[in-house]
Formats: sequence, structure tokens, C-alpha cells
Amino acid sequence: MLVLVEQSLNGLQFGLLLFLLAAGLTLVFGIMDFVNLAHGSLYMMGAYFAATFVAWTNSFVLGVLLALGATLLLGIALEFIALRHLYGRDHLDQVLATFGLILFFNDAVRLIWGPAGLSLPLPPWLTVPVQIVPGVFYPAYRLSIIVVALAVAALLYIVVMRTKIGMLIRAGASNREMIGALGINIKLLFTLVFGLGAALAGLAGLMQAPILTVQIGMGENILILAFVIIVIGGIGSIRGAFMAAIFVGMIDTLGRAFLPDLLRTVLSSAAASTAAPALSSMLIYLLMAIVLVVRPEGLFPAAKR
Amino acid sequence: MKKAFWLAGATILALAQPALAGDTIKIGFISTFSGPTAVIGNDMRNSFELALDHLGRKMGGKPVEVIYEDDGQKPDVGKQKTEKLIQSDKVDFVVGYIWSNVLLASLKTAVDSKTFLITSNAGPSQLAGELCSPYVFSTSWQNDQTPQAVGTYMNQKGVKSVFLIGPNYAAGKDMLAGVKSTFKGQVVGEEYTVWPSQLDFSAELTKAKNSKAESIFVFYPGAAGVQFLNQYAQAGLKGQIPLYTAFTIDELSLPLQKENAIGVPGAQQWVNDLPFPENKKFVEDYRKKYTGLRPTFYGAQSYDAANLVNSAVVAVKGDTSKKDEMKAEMEKANFKSVRGPFKYGNNHIPIQNFYLQDVVKDADGQLSLKTVATIVKDDQDRFHDKCPMKK
Repeated sequence: MLVLVEQSLNGLQFGLLLFLLAAGLTLVFGIMDFVNLAHGSLYMMGAYFAATFVAWTNSFVLGVLLALGATLLLGIALEFIALRHLYGRDHLDQVLATFGLILFFNDAVRLIWGPAGLSLPLPPWLTVPVQIVPGVFYPAYRLSIIVVALAVAALLYIVVMRTKIGMLIRAGASNREMIGALGINIKLLFTLVFGLGAALAGLAGLMQAPILTVQIGMGENILILAFVIIVIGGIGSIRGAFMAAIFVGMIDTLGRAFLPDLLRTVLSSAAASTAAPALSSMLIYLLMAIVLVVRPEGLFPAAKR
Repeated sequence: MKKAFWLAGATILALAQPALAGDTIKIGFISTFSGPTAVIGNDMRNSFELALDHLGRKMGGKPVEVIYEDDGQKPDVGKQKTEKLIQSDKVDFVVGYIWSNVLLASLKTAVDSKTFLITSNAGPSQLAGELCSPYVFSTSWQNDQTPQAVGTYMNQKGVKSVFLIGPNYAAGKDMLAGVKSTFKGQVVGEEYTVWPSQLDFSAELTKAKNSKAESIFVFYPGAAGVQFLNQYAQAGLKGQIPLYTAFTIDELSLPLQKENAIGVPGAQQWVNDLPFPENKKFVEDYRKKYTGLRPTFYGAQSYDAANLVNSAVVAVKGDTSKKDEMKAEMEKANFKSVRGPFKYGNNHIPIQNFYLQDVVKDADGQLSLKTVATIVKDDQDRFHDKCPMKK
């Protein structure tokens, strides 16, 4: 039972992290109708910035805040210099251009930081396990990811649902032409949304960095999951991204945790050990396929156009 | 006009053809030079280049040409690159291969064309057993051997139970099987993770913790080793459940693993401080040539591979068409290996010592690896009986 609690926390933590990445992606995709494959590069840049700034300032919190600001600025600059010229274009052009950006960022990082990767060490107060319920110890850092991500989710909810800017964002997701016609500065709104998305991706990257390593191409695998999430959740829907991310995180982790034992009851131990990782990594895509068949618009689609 | 264009193109291509076979010794080198594990490929290339420097960039009096190809850590790409090297570049040797799954995919191409393949890292069990070939030599080990040594060491320490975690590919399966074959205690759990995409081991660590195992054994090469140690330490398992490793801590991962690696033992057939003159020269010159870098076992094996190839070419005085003579020479392992002298088994896998390595602070105050003890002497892999070649 306690194992289940702990594994669910693992799933929740992974899901929330995916949410941060997917939230930015779904905003940009839903509101600007822009396919941004380079979202994973922003995730990587967040991690590299954090590793660099933490080493410079010798303070984890300060370094992380600086890195967040840097990724936000990078996102805004990227939108201003390159991406805004692609809005009217075909999705295929956007895919091509942002794929080029992935290559650009990977090689830029190789030039600046070298090929070996960096590490982002945690301060001592985050490396100790915490007792959450009697008998269950959980890594403090993973717990802090859960707290931060929930706070960000709440903040996003307030911004999107309760502020004027949020209203414009929602309106943009429903009908872009109309809010442009109503005299809203859509260019500025787009730059802002893109910067916000970049900062969220950077936050995901820098929070993941101490668990994993900071390395070239770190954003590419996880970006696929982020796309799966926005498809499951409904494109443009923050709420959908939140629910789908937690689903995906849970399914992935619980699948890895319990599928091998389940399979061992029907298969030989060796066959089960080999089949389980393959099967558990398929579960997410199965979920996506089912959602696409049953509700092609996603589980929680943004308001209809 | 169009015709003239094609003619010009064909002429340029013909001119661009490298010198005719026979003038140079051509070696194809396959490793990973892109993506997160490119640092390993770079270390192998650095060491191979250093070996060529030491040989005066000549073998048997002929200049050496090396063509490096990137497998991107993917079996299908590795196979294509092997085909390209053998069929269009017509190399005399293919060397390299970090990953067992890449090697297994590429093996048939080399063996069918009777091109010598020197694996300077990957050592899948199939290669030592039923798939052994007169044209394939290893300057590394068979995958099971290193974890077998770890298992033996755990027996010496009196460890009663273990939880095994490793990646779900050819080498991962060999490694966990290797520990199981020598470890006398109880194996309470065995987990495989998706390779190479899974980098978060929270679910596996939670299971290991709750299994009440006395120890954990892992095999995670490259950056995954850094990630595993990070997460192991963050989960508070350090000091609670001791960790034993194979190919998880090396000179490339250590600068990132830092304190997390202290006190985590591993086994290896080569450590940078082995007291052989060739090894001292290798390590010192490597650090001189590539400032800021330190050679790993991947590099040491690639350095040996260059010297093994050289021994064969020298024996036939540069006439690489004499394949039987080259094979006979290589079977003698007649070169100064940086790991010290070793012999080849019937399957062309080294029979060699395995050492216990530990992480210490060296004279420069940097973390480095140190030989602590010899775990097994003259160890031969456990698949050589299945190899149809006999001595």
C-alpha cells in the first residue's frame, strides 16, 4: 500500500513536470496555430542557463531565477527575430523552420558549453529524503517539484481565467481573426504568450536538470511526450494539458512499477522482464490512440471556434 | 550541355576516389559521435589517434588512413555505416562499436565480407558463443565478465541479497545475467528500463527500496550513469542500501557524478593507474595531447585495438591480402596492451584480470579512479564453449 503511495507520487511528479512543458506548447499551438518543435530546445536552454547561473552565483535559488528570466528573454527574442515571420505559413514550413532551430540550438550549445554536458548540483537542504507519512520517505527535491509545479498550475489558472490578459488568450484560442478584428494588438499578445511558453519550458528543463543531467538534445525525447499530452488534453486547453499530463505521468510510472510483476504471473520471469519495459512505454501511445478514436478533439478541448 | 555536366561530375568523382588499395592501410572506425553519448565516441577517437601518433601514423611501413563514422547509437545506422565502410570504402579493418546492439546488427556484414572487425568495447554474449568468427577480435571483454567480477566481489563482502537494475538491450541483459551467474546470495528483484530514452528511475528505485534488498547492482553506461547516481543519492539510499556497479562510473561521468560516486565500487579490466609502462605512456600522453580530458576504459581498449591491428599488419609487412597470417598473428595478442599482458581464448575474447576500482581524490584534488584489488585472475568468459572455433 505504501509502495502504491510512493509510486503515485513518482507518477504525479513526472506528470506535473510534463505539464509545465505541455502548457507552453499547447498555448503556442492553440492560440497562435504555430507548431513549435523547438520547444524542447527551450527546455534544454533553461537547464543550461540554470547550470551556468547556479555555478556563477553559488546560489541555487538565485541561479534558477536568473535562468528563468534568461529563458523568457530568449523566447521573446526568438519569437521577434525568427518565428513571427512564419505565422501565416503552412504548418509544414513551421515544422521545417523549427526543426532547423533544434539543430541550431544543439550546435550552439556544443560551441558554448562543449559536448560533455553539465551537472546542476542541489543545495544540501534539497538532497535529503522527507518523511511524508509514517514509513514513506520521499526525496525532498521531487516533492519540491510537485509543489512548484502545482503553484505554477494555479497561477496559470488564475492568469488565464481571471485576468484581462487571460481573457485575450482564451479569446485568441477560440478565434484569432476575431480578436485581431476587435483591435487587440495581437502581435504583442503572441510575443507575450510565446515568452510565457518559453519560460515554462525553461522551468521544466531546469527543474529536471538536477535529476537528470544537462546535456545536448535533452529536450527531444520529452517533447514527444508533450505533444502526446496536448493531443490527449485537447489543443489549446491548459486544463486539458494539466489533466492529460497527470494521466500520462501516472500511466507511465505505474506501468513501469507494476506491469513487470503482473506479467510475471502469466509469463516466464525472463520474458516478462523483457516485455514489460516495451509494453509500459507503449501504454501512453495506446491511450493517445484511444482518445483519438473516441474524442478526436481531445479530452478537454478549448472552446469551439 | 547536360551530358557535359554529367561527364564532368563523373570525372570529378573518379578523381576523388581514394588511392588504390595496397598503398595505404585503411581502417574504418565506428562509434557514437553525436547525441548525448558522443563524449564516449570522442574518447575512443582521441585514444585511437594517439595510438596512431605513437606508431608514427604508419603500420608495416604504409601510411594509415582512418575513416570515422557515426552510428548515432542506433543499430540500423551502425549497420549502414559498416556496409558503407566495407563495400564502398573497402577498408581492411573495421574498429570500434560501443553498443552491443549496434555490433550485433553490423556483425554479419563484416563476417560475410571477411573483413576483420575489432570490437573495442561491445561484447555481447552471442559474439563470444555461437556467433564467434575467425574475422572478429575483441580488445575489451565479454559483457558478462565485468559484472561476474562484481558478483564475486559482493560474495567476498558477504552481501546476502541484491536488487538488479539495467537497461533493456543486449548488453543490459548480459550484465544482469553476469551478476546472477556468480552472486551466491538471493536476487530479490530484477528491473529493465527502456533504453536509451528512459532517464528517470524513480519507479525502479522505489521498488528496490521496498524490496528490502541488502544491495543494489546497476549497469548504466554514459550519461545514464550520472542520472542514476543523482537519483539514488536524492532518494536517500546512499548509506542505506549500498550500490555496486559495472560500467557506470568512468572518467567521463565522474566529473558530473562528483561526490555521489564516492564509495561506490565497480569492476574493470583497465584502470588508469595500472602499473605498466605502456599504460603510463598512454595516460600521460593522452592528458598532454587533450588538455583537460582523461582517458577512459573505452579509450584504453581503442588504443589497444590500434596496436592489435598494427601487430597484424606488421606481421604481413603491409600486405593485407594475407588474411590467414594476420588472423594467426592477432590470435597471439602479440602487442603491449595497456591493461598488461593477456591471451586470447578460442573465441578471440581476451582472457584477463578484473580489478576492483574505487573513487578517490588524486594529487590534483580531482576525483579519479583507483585500482584497489584484483578480483579475478585470467578470467575467461562463460560462453567460449559454445563457440564452434577450437584452438
